[in-house]
Amino acid sequence: MTYTLEGRTGAWEIVCGLEIHAQVISKAKLFSGAATAFGAAPNTQVSFVDAAFPGMLPVLNRECVAQAIRTGLGLNAEINLRSRFDRKNYFYADLPAGYQISQYQHPIVGRGEVVIDLADGTSRRIGITRLHLEQDAGKSLHDQHPTKSYIDLNRAGVALMEIVSEPDIRSPEEAGAYIAKLRQILRYLGTCDGNMEEGSLRADVNVSVRRPGEMYRTRCEVKNVNSIRFVMQAVEAEARRQIEVWESGGEVQQETRLFDPSRGVTRPMRSKEHAHDYRYFPDPDLPPLELDPAWIEELRAKLPELPDAKAARFQRDYGLSAYDARVLVAERATADYYEAVAKGRDPKQAANWVMGDLFAALNRTGRSIADSPVPAASLGRLLDLIADDTISGRIAKQVFEEMVETGAEPAAIVEAKGLRQVKDSGAIDAAVAQVLAAHADKVAEYRSGKDKLFGFFVGQVMKAMAGKANPALVNEALKRALS
Amino acid sequence: MTAPTDFTIAEARAALAAKRISAKELTAAHLAAIERLKDLNAFITVTPERALADAAAADARIARGEARPLDGIPLAVKDLFCTSGIRTTAASRILGTFIPPYESTVSAKLWAAGAVCLGKTNLDEFAMGSSNTTSAFGNVVNPWRRRGDNRDLVPGGSSGGSAAAVAARLCLGATATDTGGSIRQPAAFTGTVGIKPTYGRCSRWGIVAFASSLDQAGPIARTVRDAAILLREMSGHDPKDSTSADAPVPDFEAAVGRGVAGLRIGVPREYRLDGMAPEIEALWQQGIAWLQEAGATIHDISLPHTRYALPTYYIVAPAEASSNLARYDGVRYGLRVEEGGDLDAMYEATRGAGFGAEVRRRILIGTYVLSAGYYDAYYLKAQKVRALIQRDFDEAYRSVDAILTPATPSSAFAIGEKQDDPVTMYLNDVFTVPANLAGLPGISVPAGLDASGLPLGLQVLGRAFDEETVFRVAAAIEAAAGFDALPQLRAA
Amino acid sequence: MSLDAETVRRIAALARIRVREEEVARLQGELNHILAWIEQLSEVRTEGVEPLPGAMRMTLTMREDVVSDGDLHDAILANAPDRADNAMGSFFAVPKVVE
Repeated sequence: MTYTLEGRTGAWEIVCGLEIHAQVISKAKLFSGAATAFGAAPNTQVSFVDAAFPGMLPVLNRECVAQAIRTGLGLNAEINLRSRFDRKNYFYADLPAGYQISQYQHPIVGRGEVVIDLADGTSRRIGITRLHLEQDAGKSLHDQHPTKSYIDLNRAGVALMEIVSEPDIRSPEEAGAYIAKLRQILRYLGTCDGNMEEGSLRADVNVSVRRPGEMYRTRCEVKNVNSIRFVMQAVEAEARRQIEVWESGGEVQQETRLFDPSRGVTRPMRSKEHAHDYRYFPDPDLPPLELDPAWIEELRAKLPELPDAKAARFQRDYGLSAYDARVLVAERATADYYEAVAKGRDPKQAANWVMGDLFAALNRTGRSIADSPVPAASLGRLLDLIADDTISGRIAKQVFEEMVETGAEPAAIVEAKGLRQVKDSGAIDAAVAQVLAAHADKVAEYRSGKDKLFGFFVGQVMKAMAGKANPALVNEALKRALS
Repeated sequence: MTAPTDFTIAEARAALAAKRISAKELTAAHLAAIERLKDLNAFITVTPERALADAAAADARIARGEARPLDGIPLAVKDLFCTSGIRTTAASRILGTFIPPYESTVSAKLWAAGAVCLGKTNLDEFAMGSSNTTSAFGNVVNPWRRRGDNRDLVPGGSSGGSAAAVAARLCLGATATDTGGSIRQPAAFTGTVGIKPTYGRCSRWGIVAFASSLDQAGPIARTVRDAAILLREMSGHDPKDSTSADAPVPDFEAAVGRGVAGLRIGVPREYRLDGMAPEIEALWQQGIAWLQEAGATIHDISLPHTRYALPTYYIVAPAEASSNLARYDGVRYGLRVEEGGDLDAMYEATRGAGFGAEVRRRILIGTYVLSAGYYDAYYLKAQKVRALIQRDFDEAYRSVDAILTPATPSSAFAIGEKQDDPVTMYLNDVFTVPANLAGLPGISVPAGLDASGLPLGLQVLGRAFDEETVFRVAAAIEAAAGFDALPQLRAA
Repeated sequence: MSLDAETVRRIAALARIRVREEEVARLQGELNHILAWIEQLSEVRTEGVEPLPGAMRMTLTMREDVVSDGDLHDAILANAPDRADNAMGSFFAVPKVVE
């Protein structure tokens, strides 16, 4: 059932495609040797090439090409052995050369696809049209001076991958799921850190609407949306706006718009869009790019296991549910952590501990799995202590909290706090006797039929033994004593 | 003893080694000559302190017995090459007082070889022109005059300053660039030797870009041997230039004396223009005869797409230039004209004030031919015709080793002549442009004088990366021509 | 292809070069003259011909991913017509774009 929006005159479908700009992880820029690290002082990561000084020339960074190939492979896409760099010509202060080196007619990567997972448990394939490499522009700051803009060229020339989807997206949820999945794949591959707040992943959203069964109507582009939440809101807001236009007898004009998150609407960009005739032509400073198929195979062989494959393996090998598998593979670091814990142990128990206690602790302490206060090996050792009956599950939770606090090893904590499970039947019998003696009235009630009191006795015995008694033995002892 | 300004580079090299003259004396003599002949306007910036410091360093190395290949040789640099710490203008207002913080690869190689920097020579603005009458720093005057005529003549362009400086003996050699003929045509107009090497032979890094797929650096000098000496030092792979060829640099000087016995010389019928001046035709025939006498064989060849070379060039070059010159916008260096408007107003005012009329025309043509709807009909078409022109040469080189043509359709004309119609000016490059489009090496060698006493050059074209054959043929012509006429305006 | 005055103005705007109104007519004439001369290229048969790629027949060589440049901000800003320095650092200053 395709998602629809109800207009005044009936149902409308959304047709959406996303153009994602992903900053490539590399030490140096696409065509110059200046650094790419985020957060440097303005204009300190700028070479004469980036600043388009007279006589400067571009030289292509091999690692950026490798990252584009890896990404293409991760998207199950065709890698084009022959591609070309073109100049996209326009004037803006953050574009020093007056042109951007991009790829227009012959991109490095062709058609591919991404499988997205929706909340109702279904999956959909979203097509990728192409991926190409291009330069990022510098930054303009408009708020530093009343009449002037300040230009920082640190970002000028950083490599971007522009990933264009087919217009296969049909709802705000799908748009969100697509970006989330794409981001996840990029992070797994190590080709982009996907950090939308820092601008390393940006989305341009193309939206049109149509009556069910129709072909395509005019679309608009909402530029530079910088969070998944805003993308979803922008899709909805723009679709509603267009529906309103059509339903009032108007025609949607093709235009470029911006999303205003504070008001939840899109508005037209005010710059002179009609002036953008980009006059693309092949960059005469760069011969065509020819890729060696052997290099592509080398890169393919070294690709990490990707999220979908990993989730499938988790379900198969660890018997996890699809849901649990997806949660654990959301980040590669989490998946690696989980596997380190699960290896040689009960995988479901490991999953429960990671998704339950560990995640809660990380949330509480504001840490990420990468700097978890409890390393995977330590958590694993804690589970071993449960497995060999050294401690009970309940005590383990106590120990875990202590591990989070102090970073100490579970065995050490158990020893130091004397938390070893008591399996000595003599001690247990003694405690049982003590408890039953102290609550003779309840014993009588139990014996006359109030079965529920058994739990009360268990609790009391546990309390008397500071929670350390082996629960199974306690049960047995109580049953004997009460019979 | 030869006057210091009358040395060739080869002679100066020997004289310095034999301590018959010091680098300091050699440089001082040239600095004095530049000053005396400043009305030629061949230089935009003269660098006397730098020159004397370079000469002193060269003298020290020579004294220690550690002479480098060009130690003490005073050279001039076309003001299109960025020179670190020395103002670089591209003969345009738009670069303002820009002082590059880096050195072009080609000029860096010359300084590393010990050459002395005399200064930056004048040129047509942004290398666009064939007369050196579009410079923001005034016209360059050809040191040659017509017999019995006092009018100032053009030295050719765009490397008019370099050619005039070499001809007038203000320097022993000069760097230049050639995009459509800008080394060969001024060399022919000034009786000097100028070679445009194969595309990719010299690095373009640090040279103000005009048309990236056509620009090449090369030397202008007084003899074929001198040009070979300079080209060797200027050439070489540069990893900072993605269009730089990774080809070994032969010893070009060694090729100069090899003679032409057994070489096959092509004479392309399409270079015989309707209404070509009889003197040019006669010189061409003379060149053919010289080469035959020297042992070469002569072959008629056809380069069928020759007549389309100029219009092809005048689509491709302006298109690339329109994009290459977009960076001159007043933001990061050079001229800025602000009139209280917004960013676009600043761009328009700056570029309107900063670019001269010819540059503006070419940027507009280039912008137009790339614009939406016209790309296929113009730029794409031109690149296809260019492929055909290259194919013509590939075909011809299956049966010949070098090609002989006139260098220019006329001798130097007066400043102010041919000025009204841009197209008339463009036709000056009719013989030189095809080699740029095909990326092939070409040299102009002075071969004779016309009836008014002005030099005429013959052009030799070679296969890609076969400058050696080009030098061999040019040397044979030079030897046979015995061109020893001197310009009227020169250092004594 | 003949240019009218409006096209001349549009191209000049695309190229960000101010052309004064009184210059438009002359420029139009010059450009049309050049374009008419270029027009002869349409005679050439080019079906099936591959356009010459950028940079002739060379192959593109790539460089290693090392930081070998940048950290030059004084040299980068040294020729700036309008340089702005504040607590954040040094910038190129330009008139604001009218949004």
